[in-house]
Amino acid sequence: MTDKDSDNNVPSRTALVTGASRGIGAAIAAALVDAGVMVIGTATTEAGAAVISTALKSRGGAAAQSSTGMVLDVSDAASLERLTERLQIDKTVINILVNNAGITKDNLLMRMKDEGWDSVIATNLSGVFKLARHFSKGMMKQRWGRIVNISSVVASMGNAGQSNYAASKAGVEGLSRAMAKELGSRNITVNSVAPGFIETDMTADLSADQREAMQNATSLQRLGQPEEVAAIVSFLCSDAAGYITGETIHVNGGLYMG
Amino acid sequence: MSTVEERVKKIVCEQLGVKESDVQLTSKFVEDLGADSLDTVELVMALEEEFETEIPDEEAEKITAVQDAIDYIVSHQ
Repeated sequence: MTDKDSDNNVPSRTALVTGASRGIGAAIAAALVDAGVMVIGTATTEAGAAVISTALKSRGGAAAQSSTGMVLDVSDAASLERLTERLQIDKTVINILVNNAGITKDNLLMRMKDEGWDSVIATNLSGVFKLARHFSKGMMKQRWGRIVNISSVVASMGNAGQSNYAASKAGVEGLSRAMAKELGSRNITVNSVAPGFIETDMTADLSADQREAMQNATSLQRLGQPEEVAAIVSFLCSDAAGYITGETIHVNGGLYMG
Repeated sequence: MSTVEERVKKIVCEQLGVKESDVQLTSKFVEDLGADSLDTVELVMALEEEFETEIPDEEAEKITAVQDAIDYIVSHQ
């Protein structure tokens, strides 16, 4: 065992968290910084990236100071190329990847346009594949890595009006299990976290009636907070979670129990 | 400056964790040196880095032995 591998001198940990300007992604980025991990948080716009930089640097500590926001559209290969170039200039090596960026384009099956299907699959599923393919190389070299993919309860439960979103998230869970098998021998764990209904911009669009129905269906009778999802993601990225791989952890307040 | 052969053999030893004395020009990565499929991918990545070249997938698939790697590097330098 070389010094780099020993527990006392672990390689410095740097996480890439996609979709980190708000909601669950912002909470995950903050939790990782608080755990001493340097975080590159991504957003699709410069303004979003600036929001991330401000939020992370304000948390204090060395990891916060070196953390920053960057622009990335996970559905755009050229955008990933630009991010990669910037990481190379800064000599930043990513060993934790949190695929959180996701979009919804809800519609009933019969009314769903190809574009609504394709764009959700491109961001939520193909984006995860492309980032994992890219960043797993560095993790393989280091013989240490963590990939956490944010799924959704609807991957297991289904949801009317969300056939594209449910399919993309179920795809993410299958992809995670295949990657867990493929990368396990290199000490890289791959897991999914499937939130239920969490207080974010994504669920803010719901009507009062929908909200109430949701709360009533949830054992804990409330929506979850982004921090309650971030806590398990941060744990899965830690050394303590080193024997958990290929797993989907549900964080849904008892909305769905399998 | 080491020869291409020396540099390739060194990378093979590092990547596959084998002794230099076990690495012959005819050694096949999988059959003779115990590489698994991920090892062969990593080996090609390491060769790309060492020789600052890009080996396309269809070429990489043909590199199954030490001599194949040396031949590829020499003909693409």
